[in-house]
Amino acid sequence: MAIFIDEKTRVMVQGITGNQGSFHTRQMLAYGTNIVAGVSPGKGGQEVEGVPVYDTAEAACEEQKPDASVLFVPAAFALDGALEALNAGMKVITPITEGIPVQDAAHLITNARTRGAVVVGPNTFGIVSSGKCKIGIMPNQFYVPGPVGVVARSGTLSYEIVANLKDAGYGTSTVVGLGGDRIVGLDFVDVLAQFEADGETELIVMVGEIGGTAEEEAARYIEKHVSKPVLAYLAGKSAPPGKRMGHAGAIIERGKGTFQAKVEALEAVGVKVAELPFQVPQLAKEILG
Amino acid sequence: MKLFEYMGKDLFREHGIPLPEGRVATTPEEVQGAAAEIGPVVIKSQVLAGKRGKAGGISFADPPEEAREEAERILQMEIGGYPVECVLVESKIQIDREYYLSITIDGALRSPVVLASLEGGMDIEEVPEELIVKYPLDVSIGLKPFAAREICRRLGLKGTEAKEFGAILVKLYRLFCARDAELVEINPLVVSGDRLLAADAKVTIDDDALFRQKDLPVVEERTDLEKKANELGLAYVELEGDIAVMANGAGMAMATLDMIDYYGGKPANFLDAGGGAGVEQTARALELLLATEPRVIMINIFGGITRCDDVANAFATVKKEKGIDMPVVFRLVGTNEEEGRKILEETGVDAYPTMQESAQKAAELASS
Repeated sequence: MAIFIDEKTRVMVQGITGNQGSFHTRQMLAYGTNIVAGVSPGKGGQEVEGVPVYDTAEAACEEQKPDASVLFVPAAFALDGALEALNAGMKVITPITEGIPVQDAAHLITNARTRGAVVVGPNTFGIVSSGKCKIGIMPNQFYVPGPVGVVARSGTLSYEIVANLKDAGYGTSTVVGLGGDRIVGLDFVDVLAQFEADGETELIVMVGEIGGTAEEEAARYIEKHVSKPVLAYLAGKSAPPGKRMGHAGAIIERGKGTFQAKVEALEAVGVKVAELPFQVPQLAKEILG
Repeated sequence: MKLFEYMGKDLFREHGIPLPEGRVATTPEEVQGAAAEIGPVVIKSQVLAGKRGKAGGISFADPPEEAREEAERILQMEIGGYPVECVLVESKIQIDREYYLSITIDGALRSPVVLASLEGGMDIEEVPEELIVKYPLDVSIGLKPFAAREICRRLGLKGTEAKEFGAILVKLYRLFCARDAELVEINPLVVSGDRLLAADAKVTIDDDALFRQKDLPVVEERTDLEKKANELGLAYVELEGDIAVMANGAGMAMATLDMIDYYGGKPANFLDAGGGAGVEQTARALELLLATEPRVIMINIFGGITRCDDVANAFATVKKEKGIDMPVVFRLVGTNEEEGRKILEETGVDAYPTMQESAQKAAELASS
């Protein structure tokens, strides 16, 4: 098992002929991802790294039957591309794109819910079921199979933690990037529920940050519904209030979204919170042995 | 992007939301002229800071000569660090009751949400939760009259007042969508005789949607450095310490600051150079850090969409062209790490393998 995606997932890359699209198609193929099609309007008939390119998502679907899509499409066109994927029947849609207008994200996610599809992101590094399928931009070498499920709001920070875990001998089951925007398709609760039910996951690591209330909601959910051990690392302890720390969602507003409130909420339900990223493997060792 | 009250009210007017009569003025003479036309007025300083009233930035005046004197005082003020450059001169309205109405984005619900209360006039955070109606909106439906009726029912509004309130709500949502707002707030929405009037306007536009809102006025809240960085496509926040920080990814940049702080250092800034910044962009980011003349520079790169060789190349270029006098602590791992390290070695800088070693070193160097 793994969550959301596995070795059977057939992936379509939207924006495959662009700089980032082609680079990360190469990386995903190298990881072993089953990329079956690319979409790039006006570039149909070409190939990128041996992957056939189509003008539209529906054309790609007719011939290659993908079931998940990843978008390397500029922000202004991302909603259109993501809705195209949704309309073509994709069940997992991963917009890597940063800077998508928040109302566009709301439209995408509302429509995805109606159709029973999952949106990973926007503004995410993607999702990887280690050793099976990588959809996104994370560096390949750190994602080896193992018992730790990781769910993160931040990309590079999750690479850091996954790399630290790997160095300590712990691989990952699935690593999910929620995305750094104000509105994202998945929250901690959605992913915790999946990890709780996943046979491969023995320990769950949350990588959170200041801003919003996602960590507090996760704490409430963990208390009632999660029996597996959960660890957390939260970024932004030293961030000043009222300043957006890069991510649209990473801001302490009107006294809400503080580091302290999140740590307290998580610790109150038995989640161990690491003070620094490299302490995560030490805590994992205490739990997994 | 936060808009000034008068800009927000211009948008309200565009969408037919009722307002007190008013004019924008930048000199005491203009204020006097406006007051002569309008009658008894309220003069409101136009700054982005809150608590204008408490700071003395809002004043009632009659006759026009008094308005002129008050304007003279207010136009010399500085509120919350912002100089008052203009005022809004509005007709003084009769206030019977003050309501609250806003639409904002709720991250947890992943949708816009209406907040409404019959207890307006104060900061909504100070209003007890049970007195606030919170109504999430489905964007595929929008805000239709039925939702307005339901919100009025929950508030306990009836008759003409409910009708007017509902009409304002529908218009406010239209504005919210048409202008890509993150927040539209009327506080207070004043009951004045048999009318409802928006006495204040707070509008924040989604920065990510400005590309399609080109006819809006531009309001600059960033410092010069932050502005320059944003123009380069970088997220930058000025802080007060002496260790300049560049990291890729917002979470990584935050964690880097936290770690420097943990080891007793003081970061000078937050800089997220991530999102696949190429050689050119990374070089500009480095130059920006150099210009702040920090004691130490710490670069923490975990390559994903960002490539280590690009960052190393940018560093080598800037070092060669501009010279870098202060100590640089580098940490470089991830995509194209080998290539990156090689390029760095040629410039005589070694990269640390871990974040904690590099943060500790940076803190040490800054305090020595």
